[in-house]
Amino acid sequence: MASDLSAAVPAAAAQPGALARLARRKLALFGLSVIALIVVLAVFAPLIAPYNPDEQFFDGLTLEGAPLPPSAQYWFGTDLVGRDLLSRIIYGARTSLVIGVIANGASILIGATVGITAGYFRGWIGTALMRFTDLMMAFPALLLAIVLAAIFRPSLLIVAMVIAMVNWVQIARVLYTETRSLAERDFVEAERALGAGSFRILTRHILPHLTSTIVVYSTLGIATTVLLEATLSFLGIGVQPPTASWGNIIFENQTYFTSAPWLVFIPGVAIILLALAFNLVGDALRDVLDPTQQGHH
Amino acid sequence: MTLTSVPPSEPLLSVRGLVTQVATPRGAKTVVDGLSFDLDRGKTLCIAGESGSGKSMTALSLVQLLPQPMARVAGGEALFKGRDIFALKDDDLRTLRGREIGMIFQEPMTSLNPVLTIGRQLTEAITAQRPMTRAEATAEALRLLDQVQIPDPSRRLKQYPHELSGGMRQRVMIAIALSQGPDILIADEPTTALDVTVQAQILSLIRHLQKERGTAVIMITHDMGVVAEMADDVLVMKDGRMVEHGPVRAIFDAPREAYTRMLLDAVPKLGEMRGTDRPKRAAAPSAALPAIKPAKDVIVDVADLTVRFDIKGGILQRPVSRVHAVEGLTFSIRRGETLALVGESGCGKSTTGKALMNLIPWSGSIRVDGRETSGLSRRAMKPVLRDVQMVFQDPYASLDPRFRVGDLVAEPLVIHGIASGSELKDRVEYLFRRVGLSPEQANRYPHEFSGGQRQRISIARALSLSPKVIIADESVSALDVSIQAQVLDLLQDIQNETGISYLFISHDMAVVEQISHRVAVMYMGQFVELGTRRQIFEDPKHAYTRQLLAAVPVPDPRRERRLYDANVREIKSPIRPLGFVPQYNALEDAGDGHLVAG
Repeated sequence: MASDLSAAVPAAAAQPGALARLARRKLALFGLSVIALIVVLAVFAPLIAPYNPDEQFFDGLTLEGAPLPPSAQYWFGTDLVGRDLLSRIIYGARTSLVIGVIANGASILIGATVGITAGYFRGWIGTALMRFTDLMMAFPALLLAIVLAAIFRPSLLIVAMVIAMVNWVQIARVLYTETRSLAERDFVEAERALGAGSFRILTRHILPHLTSTIVVYSTLGIATTVLLEATLSFLGIGVQPPTASWGNIIFENQTYFTSAPWLVFIPGVAIILLALAFNLVGDALRDVLDPTQQGHH
Repeated sequence: MTLTSVPPSEPLLSVRGLVTQVATPRGAKTVVDGLSFDLDRGKTLCIAGESGSGKSMTALSLVQLLPQPMARVAGGEALFKGRDIFALKDDDLRTLRGREIGMIFQEPMTSLNPVLTIGRQLTEAITAQRPMTRAEATAEALRLLDQVQIPDPSRRLKQYPHELSGGMRQRVMIAIALSQGPDILIADEPTTALDVTVQAQILSLIRHLQKERGTAVIMITHDMGVVAEMADDVLVMKDGRMVEHGPVRAIFDAPREAYTRMLLDAVPKLGEMRGTDRPKRAAAPSAALPAIKPAKDVIVDVADLTVRFDIKGGILQRPVSRVHAVEGLTFSIRRGETLALVGESGCGKSTTGKALMNLIPWSGSIRVDGRETSGLSRRAMKPVLRDVQMVFQDPYASLDPRFRVGDLVAEPLVIHGIASGSELKDRVEYLFRRVGLSPEQANRYPHEFSGGQRQRISIARALSLSPKVIIADESVSALDVSIQAQVLDLLQDIQNETGISYLFISHDMAVVEQISHRVAVMYMGQFVELGTRRQIFEDPKHAYTRQLLAAVPVPDPRRERRLYDANVREIKSPIRPLGFVPQYNALEDAGDGHLVAG
């Protein structure tokens, strides 16, 4: 017995936590700082923004009525009705983040429920759920969003829900496959043999194994969500004016693309930066949360 | 083959001071430490040891196939035909592997490419270093398959690995390894994943081919029975170092080192229980716990248990054929008794255990302590599970890796609402001590424990509900022999203390002989023989039981080595077309309750 007991691996020497390991990656750190910056902008928008975002300034347009280019007074210039673009971008961060969090949260919730239920219970209910998921996947997402947006009067919440209805499909598929293979693992069968109920197995023994996937998909999903909101707003069926969102800033000003390119370029860069930041963090999280990369066998 | 390049007096391979290191987060770890040995032409060297002894690393070092970049040969030399293998360039190494040193591994499924036909993989190996036409290569492939006793070789050439049984796949691997006519064959646990009757055939095939071709063999194994069956010389390893090295008879008859003696003593030897009625502890029996005698009353009563699975196929996922896993089993387990279910893979023994736990759909009747479990929902089954618990085969897979082991042991008590708070803590502490673990370890995660310790944790979980029966499904098969002996002793102590019954499911006849009161031999989902341990082991009546017993490698090198048998025997598949009506074996009493299929 002595040999058996002494063979115990010494308790894993203080493994750095997931956050510490995340911070060691430069790209992830960059992504985190961009996200932090955008969050600060959104939260403190009234304090940071130099002007009221909806106010049309008398001196905000040239005498010919064209938007002003970036200057000391209007750092990012003004838009086609003479509003300060910098202030609109700062307030637009609120819209983008709210959409990102609500729409994404809802799509994860729907996707996880569908995927985990189908993967764990299988049978006719699993088949029905996954066939429905396949159907949704085959349906052009944008077309669906347009149809939904046409039925409901667009508001921030409705746009978020529309995006959630379109975006839950991927996470459902991924979690379905993972749950299915987890449900076939020996330790789950061992739990059943102990008399554990489905609820206990799902919440205690399956969900913890899915957290890394869910976290990673949440971050990646925020990028997709913000882009989809921008697309919808660009098509005029997203967030309605005068509320600023990065997407509808581009939409409103697209006609001035050649004469006042900053009106499209600056919100475009903001969208790309946010999407990139979340993608970088999501990528790094995937590596950091993977237990096979944590040093112990 | 260049047989002339080495004078007959010199060893074919001479390894001196081999050191192999593996990089870990805590620095380089030496896994093979100063190993030296010689291998003569046509001889077999068995490298024996338990898991973690460095035996596989030794084999991989010799062919320079260590996992890159973590592992490397850090010192020593391996002279093969006057050249040091460790100093060879990549090109020369490729020529060396295959043409001069062939290798076969434990798991023949993963060693073969699943998307290429057997023929393609074999001809590739043949033509790799010897240009020839396609027709010539195919002819050579057929000749090789014929040599490794694969029936109907021309049909096999067109098949894919998954269409072959484990034994057949290992034969193909041997054919590939021998395709270039190597001087040395390195076999790393080649029969560990195979059933004993198939193992016996593969071992005798290797001996036969070795004699015919004069190949030297290095066989890596944990099984002292295989060592006795195969070795000329034995090298016992522990923790990367050589413990003892010598001719096989010397090692078995007069082991000089305590570790070798321990290793040999821990192996259950088939037939050593002749004349005794009770199970036997490997260690000295404890005085405090006299062996109990099974009672007469029945705790589990099974009648006409049948389990069939449909195999679905086609676009519509309709059933296309059916697995007849278990057919009409009738048996009972008495209080305080260990009933062993033995048989080869696919015989339905594990399925029987799962049916008892209601983990799979079945038909027939199972009564646990008088309660019929047929048709019970999961919820209704819950109280029954307090009486019947299970210990699974793989201690690495059957514990949730994200739970602390203390919580894992407490979990059944929580699920069944038996204890909470400080009472729960006390019971978990008691259970840890009961299975020989310290309660201080309860805060650790499963991966911090060895295989034997994890199996103790699984046993503690099963014991927590104070069940009347524990189903042990190959519960010691994945463990090293010394650990296996300890876990078997633990199971017996618990039985003697609490009067618990076991359904002990195993493929290992020697272990079964040691632990069981009664034995049921299964074949193709049915019993072929059922009786007391003495009836089965001392007077086996059925041909299949005899075959199983004869196939077990015996750790005694003096025993005459099995003759090479040209008849290939395969384990039959239980998959049948739909509508197949199975024939039930009629069991007849051969006296004293010894049931034998007619």
